[in-house]
Order: sequence, then C-alpha cells, then structure tokens
Amino acid sequence: MIEFQAVTKRYDDGTVAVDHLDLTIEDGRVTVLVGPSGCGKTTSLRMINRMVEASSGTILLDGKDIRDQPAAALRRGIGYVIQNAGLFPHRSVLDNVATVPILLGTKKAAARKRAAELLETVGLPAEMGKRYPGQLSGGQQQRVGVARALAADPPVLLMDEPFSAVDPIVRDDLQDELLRLQSELGKTIVFVTHDIDEAIKLGDKVAVLRVGGQLAQYDSPSALLAKPVDDFVASFVGRDRGYRALGFLSAHGIEVKPVAAVALGATVDEARRALEGGWAVVVDDTRRPVGWVSEVSLSTVEGQVRREWLVSGGSLYVADAEGKAGSLRTALDAALSSPAALGITVDGEGALVGAVTAESVLAALAKARQAGEVPL
Amino acid sequence: MNWVADHADELFTVSLEHLRLALLPVLVGLLLSLPLGWAANRWRIARLVLVPVSGLLYTIPSLALFVMMPLLIGTQILDPLNVQVALTVYTVALLVRSIADALAAVPEPVIAAATAMGYRAVGRFFAVELPLAIPVMVAGLRVAAVSNISLVAVGQIIGVGGLGYFLLHGAQSPPNYPEIISGIVLIVVLALLVDLLLALAGRALTPWARSRPGGSR
Repeated sequence: MIEFQAVTKRYDDGTVAVDHLDLTIEDGRVTVLVGPSGCGKTTSLRMINRMVEASSGTILLDGKDIRDQPAAALRRGIGYVIQNAGLFPHRSVLDNVATVPILLGTKKAAARKRAAELLETVGLPAEMGKRYPGQLSGGQQQRVGVARALAADPPVLLMDEPFSAVDPIVRDDLQDELLRLQSELGKTIVFVTHDIDEAIKLGDKVAVLRVGGQLAQYDSPSALLAKPVDDFVASFVGRDRGYRALGFLSAHGIEVKPVAAVALGATVDEARRALEGGWAVVVDDTRRPVGWVSEVSLSTVEGQVRREWLVSGGSLYVADAEGKAGSLRTALDAALSSPAALGITVDGEGALVGAVTAESVLAALAKARQAGEVPL
Repeated sequence: MNWVADHADELFTVSLEHLRLALLPVLVGLLLSLPLGWAANRWRIARLVLVPVSGLLYTIPSLALFVMMPLLIGTQILDPLNVQVALTVYTVALLVRSIADALAAVPEPVIAAATAMGYRAVGRFFAVELPLAIPVMVAGLRVAAVSNISLVAVGQIIGVGGLGYFLLHGAQSPPNYPEIISGIVLIVVLALLVDLLLALAGRALTPWARSRPGGSR
C-alpha cells in the first residue's frame, strides 16, 4: 500500500506542483493519476521513488516512510516505465532488461536468461534481445520498457505516460497487454496519463487531479463517469460519459432475439426467402457472421450467395455462454453500427447466437437503474 | 631520394618520437577534460566559465604559448615539457566543450530512467552518460590529435624534437628539399593514420550507433 499524507511539492520559484495530497493506493490494483498538464500527476508519481523529493508531508510504502532508506536502494525495489521507454541506446535489449537485477548483484548470465523470459512475457520474441533499442519500433521499445521495469519482480510499478507516444492502434494493444499481464502478476501499479479514456480503461481506481496539484476526485471509473463531483471532473471526464458509463454495466440478461440467417453458398432464392424485415445475416460454415444481404443487394444478382456481394456488418456483441456477457456499451454499439439496426450477437467462439436491438439495451439499462446497479 | 633511403631508420625513430610527443598530451588532456566537461554540464556557472575560457585558450598562437610556458610553470625555455603542457592545454580547450555538449545531448528520459532504475550519480555517469557521449568525444579527440601532430612540428623551434627537426634542419642553406619533404609527408601521414585509427576505435566502441531501425520488425 502506498499512502500520501498531506504531501506538498513546492518548487524554489514558489510554484506549487502538488498541494496537500492525501491518497491511499491499494495493493495489487491499478491506480491511475489523471489530469490536465500542470496538475502534478507526474510529480506525484516521481515522489513515490524520490526522483522528486516532497517539500512537506509523508509518503509511506507498506507503512514505512520512503525516506528511511537511501533513494537508490528504494528505486531498485520499484519498477519504473517512462514515456518513450527511455531505453539505454548503447545496450542490447537483453542488457536493458537485465539492468536492475545486475545492479542488485545478480550474475550477468542469470540476469540475461531471466531477461529473455521476460521478453516473451511482454510478447516479444527472445531473439529480439540481441538488438539495440534503435532497431525496434516504438511499440516494441515500450514493451521492452515494461519488461525492464518487471525484471527484478518489484511489487510496485510506476508508469509515467508509458503509451502516449505510440500510435492509437499500438496503444490499444499495449493497454490490453498490460491488463493481461496485470491479471497474471497482480502488481501495485500507479499509472499516470492525461488521457481519461486510458484512465477509465486501465484503472481499478482513478484519481483526477486539477491544475495546482489538488485531488478533485478519487473513485472507481464507473463512479467517476456516473457521479463526477463537480464541473471540472464532469468536463474532464468528457462529453460521452453517459455512453461510456454503459461500458461498466453487464448486458447479462438482455434479450437476444433470433435473427434471419443464411449460409454462404446458399442460393439467392433461398436467401430472398430467408429475409426478415429486408435483411438477413450471412454466416460461414462455422456459423460466424461474415456480413449481411438485403432485398436491395440481392435484387441484382443470381446464383449462390458470394462473399463479394455482402453488406459489411457492424461491431459484434459477445454474449459468452458461461454467463460472462459483454457490456451494455458493446451491445448498444453492435445495434447502432449494424446496417439492419440489429446488433449481431455471438458466443465465445464467435458463432452467431442472435441479435440485440437498441431498444432492448435501453430496457436493460432501465432495469439496472431500478435494481440500483447504476451508481448515482 | 638517396637521402630518404640513407635516413630511413632515423625517419622511423623520429616519427615514433613525434607521435609520442603529440599523443601523450591528448591522453592527459582527455583525462583532465572528463571531470571539467562533466562539471560544465552539471553546473550552469561552471559552463559559463569553462566553455568560453577553453575557447579563448585555443585562440592563443601555439608558438606564443610555447614560449610563455616557462613563465607559467617555471621550466627552462628549452624544456620539452613546455610543448607537452601547451598541447595538453589545447586538447583540454577542444575537449571540454565537446564533452559538455555530448553529455548535455544524452536524452533526458534515458537519464531519468537510469536514475529510476537505481543508479547513483557516479555509476550512472560511467554506465550510461559517458558511453553515450563517445561519438561526440571521439570527434573532439580526432581534431585534438591531428592538431597536436601538426603543432609538435612548431615546437621544434624551441627544440622539442620530432619531425619538425627535418623541416628546420633541411631549411638551412643550402636547403635540403628531400629532407623537408620527407618531414612534411610523414607529418601528414601520421595525422591521417591517427585520425583513421581513432575513427575506427570510435566505431568499434559504439556498435549501437550503426544500428538503424528497419531490420525485421
């Protein structure tokens, strides 16, 4: 557990970066510090490993004042991932990852062996270890940065805008990868970002800081979206917060209706007969949806239903057979993005189950509100 | 050309002597420049003093510096130490700025990452900052070495030895052109050779600087 007790950082020129911060960061969870630039989020993070020394107040790590031990020793026990990875350009990827274990006295050969395993843990081939960081893409470098932070198996991981410099698609991959890693490792992660979507996706708890280094709100992502404490948090959380809040409500129990379906390779006549409301979904031989046919699209063709003619489908809503349904947000998005206004519903294997409508999502939302499942 | 054949041994021995006279100050100068360059990068005030002063030192004509040395360090006018010390001063003048700039060019996230990994200041300097400064440092060293190799010849005016001897001796009347040309050619060859060796050493020490993105991804 990391506890900030009335922590203030005031610079020599009088600027207050962090103002009387009280914050308790729970073990084994991802806590995100988020806010606009100048809110002191990075300063707060760097005070945990004493890269920045607090002007007043106390930071406790597992109940012990972080100033009780030399800064270098403290830092070797805390993983750190920096924006742009901050890899050492003159060392091979493997030696980068092995840095902290070697500082802690592990033999070079053993540290490198462990480093090679870690590369695979973060989704990179071990052969990549021989290269220099300059030979890697931005996303790969960032993965190496995570591996390096994990190398000495520290219980605490500090991440300072680690994914902000990579393109959105790679960022999404890295975020998913981090969530997967965290589900295996259960580290205490403190994550700094200016991106509220990233905060909501990754955080178990999110601390919103305002300019001047004051804590505005500290809550779970769903509570933050549903119940921002003031206008600043509401505007920071963003315009689509009502829609995004649906992401935290399970669509379990939502009505899934049967949907007209034809197989690829069925005749056009069969397809025409199968249409309901002018549309039918087309599935392949494993019953995975591949697109739609409509009255209009079938009116000019003959023979068998072919892939090239299909109207492309919207997003899919995954209703897992084991009761692990997707969120109302994915269900609603499936309905809204479908050309037939029917959100294609698939099981865990990707096979067609049926369809959901926007109305059924709203009905499920109303039910959840009545049941008090929506934080208010 | 008979003169060259007759004096081959002498030319070779004096060339080695010339190299020693030119390169020993480079080595000493490098060792002195490292802490000075580090200080110039570490403290603003040190940079404000060290960089202009070292630049100024380099503008002093070599002969003037050679003959001033006895006044500054209390040696005899013909003491070879005069030239050695003066060349060391030139080397320091060139390298302090190079090293300060090279250290300043180490990316901030790399230094922050090293600190966060748990390096102390000294360990970080030798493990991270210094290796990354090598390319710029080698460039400075090459200039210093080549410049010293030519300046040693000037030192012959105050009798320091080296290949400058053939220039002055050959220039007495009647002039002995094969002797003068041998001296000049050897000085140029030595300078090119040392420059090449330093460049190769720099390459060997910085394999990462050759690697460019775009291998297999």
